[in-house]
Amino acid sequence: MADITLTDLTKSYGPTEVLHHIEGDINDGEFIVIVGPSGCGKSTLLRMVAGLETVTSGEIQIGGKRVNELEPSARDIAMVFQNYALYPHMSVRENMAYGLKIRKLSKDEINRRVEEAADILEIRQYLDRKPRQLSGGQRQRVAMGRAIVRDPQVFLFDEPLSNLDAKLRVQMRLEIRKLQQRLGVTSIYVTHDQVEAMTLGDRLMVLNGGYVEQFGTPIELYDRPASVFVAGFIGSPAMNLIPSQASGGAISLPGGAQVNSATDANGDVLLGLRPEHLTPDENGPVSIDVEMVEQLGANTLLHGTLSGTNHEMVASVAGHDAAASGTQRRFSISPDLVHLFDPQTEKRLNP
Amino acid sequence: MLKRVHFPSSPLPYLLVAPQLAITLIFFIWPASQAMYQSFLIEDAFGLGSEFVWFENFQILWEDSHYHAAFWRTAVFSVLVAALSMGFALILAGFAQRVVRGAMFYRTLLIWPYAIAPVLAGALWVFMFNPTLGILPYFLEFVGVTWNHYLNGGQAMALVILAAAWKQVAYNFLFYLAAMQSIPNSVIEAAAIDGAGPGRRFWTIIFPLISPTTFFLLVINMVYAFFETFGIIHAVTQGGPGSSTTILVYKVFNDGFVGLDLGGSAAQSVILMVLVIAMTVVQFRYVERKVEY
Ligand SMILES: Nc1ncnc2c1ncn2[C@@H]1O[C@H](COP(=O)(O)OP(=O)(O)OP(=O)(O)O)[C@@H](O)[C@H]1O
Ligand SMILES: [Mg+2]
Repeated sequence: MADITLTDLTKSYGPTEVLHHIEGDINDGEFIVIVGPSGCGKSTLLRMVAGLETVTSGEIQIGGKRVNELEPSARDIAMVFQNYALYPHMSVRENMAYGLKIRKLSKDEINRRVEEAADILEIRQYLDRKPRQLSGGQRQRVAMGRAIVRDPQVFLFDEPLSNLDAKLRVQMRLEIRKLQQRLGVTSIYVTHDQVEAMTLGDRLMVLNGGYVEQFGTPIELYDRPASVFVAGFIGSPAMNLIPSQASGGAISLPGGAQVNSATDANGDVLLGLRPEHLTPDENGPVSIDVEMVEQLGANTLLHGTLSGTNHEMVASVAGHDAAASGTQRRFSISPDLVHLFDPQTEKRLNP
Repeated sequence: MLKRVHFPSSPLPYLLVAPQLAITLIFFIWPASQAMYQSFLIEDAFGLGSEFVWFENFQILWEDSHYHAAFWRTAVFSVLVAALSMGFALILAGFAQRVVRGAMFYRTLLIWPYAIAPVLAGALWVFMFNPTLGILPYFLEFVGVTWNHYLNGGQAMALVILAAAWKQVAYNFLFYLAAMQSIPNSVIEAAAIDGAGPGRRFWTIIFPLISPTTFFLLVINMVYAFFETFGIIHAVTQGGPGSSTTILVYKVFNDGFVGLDLGGSAAQSVILMVLVIAMTVVQFRYVERKVEY
């Protein structure tokens, strides 16, 4: 068990820098999710922690010890790969025992650990099968088993669920979370799926183009996104972003509507309104020409444009509202749920 | 039930396979059957007539201690050639896989020997090991080895094994490299994280995973050593000194074209043919084994 510290971490491939000055403190036992779009450098960052990629500059510490120069095997970590990376020629048992044999544990100890892990993951009946005789979900469990028998200081996961179907993904997601809480091992988990990130992580590190956009708890990210990117990335459906004019606490939207913000600002701003924060209100200031309706059962998504403009808008209203299509609907919004961003720097203006 | 595809009765399909059939017939079936027929004949001493003797030629071989010796010699020769060239190719491929910069150059360089004709390859080694002029005997002298493969049968054997193995390294290298590159990187990385060093990773992960390739190459190399090393032996030792490098295929040539025992030589080549067919069958039956990642 250990904490992890990333200090001014940079990675370059030749002349191209793909990770820029990453900073982060990860506490002992914490579950950190690194999330971001494809190609933003998530895997690279994880692999640097694992020791599979060299560090160009900066420092990685695990348990207070600098590990930049250490081989992966010396870092006391375990990693679960996207394609599972099981040893195809070994049985499940041998797969799980491989690392333990190298550490020269006694036969009894190896068997005890393998069987304990197999029980936790409910793969005991598959111990003598080869990986090719298992389903994707079962392989996934074996990969997890191989990680937990080692009893490492840190778990690293690189999109471990992306090869599974939607239902299994939800199930495995919960299991991973439960397992991590039970074992209390510091974990870093990479995904591009924001729902997975929100449900799994104690804290999320949002990466974009090799920069850390924000590092915080899921609720912090949702309530106070630090940038336009985070605002658009966290939450589903994504936040409505409307270029507007601010003068004090009053924000003028294109098309003439006005909303109030709890924060004072002046000049051009980017106004952020979450679809689920738009409350239906006959006399509300925000009016949407609804073009399409998505009924999700518990709530209904109204897609359309801000009245009098071409700005796409989405609102999420509770319950059923099948008749909204082709009509105009009005909404109000509470001033403390209004997000403001600087249109130039794309950084948050609200405190 | 197998569904049969019915071609409309047109001569086109037959026309399309005709060249292939013709080639097989003219260059394989016909000479093979000639050899088969020949192996049942014994020529008289002057080559004027021949007598049909059924299996007498084979019987003679069965009892011929020279033939037995050649058989063993061939077994030792081909096992050593296969082991040497495959082992060396495996090491090279292991290194080549780690090379990133200049990989193309390195690989091209390694492939060259394969493009050299066997006789030329033999000539190259003859020059290098020439007892009076060669560079290597000169150096060997310093470590107390007197090299003369014209007189020393063991040295002659070593030389042809070396030359034959060298020629085949490039081929084996290519297959090993391809096999290694088809192993997903993450499997190797997982082993590294599990604490396996490069040596252990090689023996416990990479080597087992490329075992189908090893098996395939083993058969290919045996066949090569059995048959295609003729040119090298002819250039380097001509089967000598004595008969210390006369392997089966060289003996076929020697007995037939030098000794003019056409029947005996034909019988030997029929035996060789059976051997190669057996090896090919083995290969087809087992090489299909694949590793799934
Ligand atoms: N070996 C390499 N050489 C050069 N560039 C690389 C190399 N590996 C990765 N990159 C670049 O680094 C960037 C980050 O790659 P990385 O694999 O970390 O992305 P990712 O966030 O994991 O994406 P994904 O979600 O698609 O897996 C990409 O732009 C990629 O092109
Ligand atoms: Mg990735």
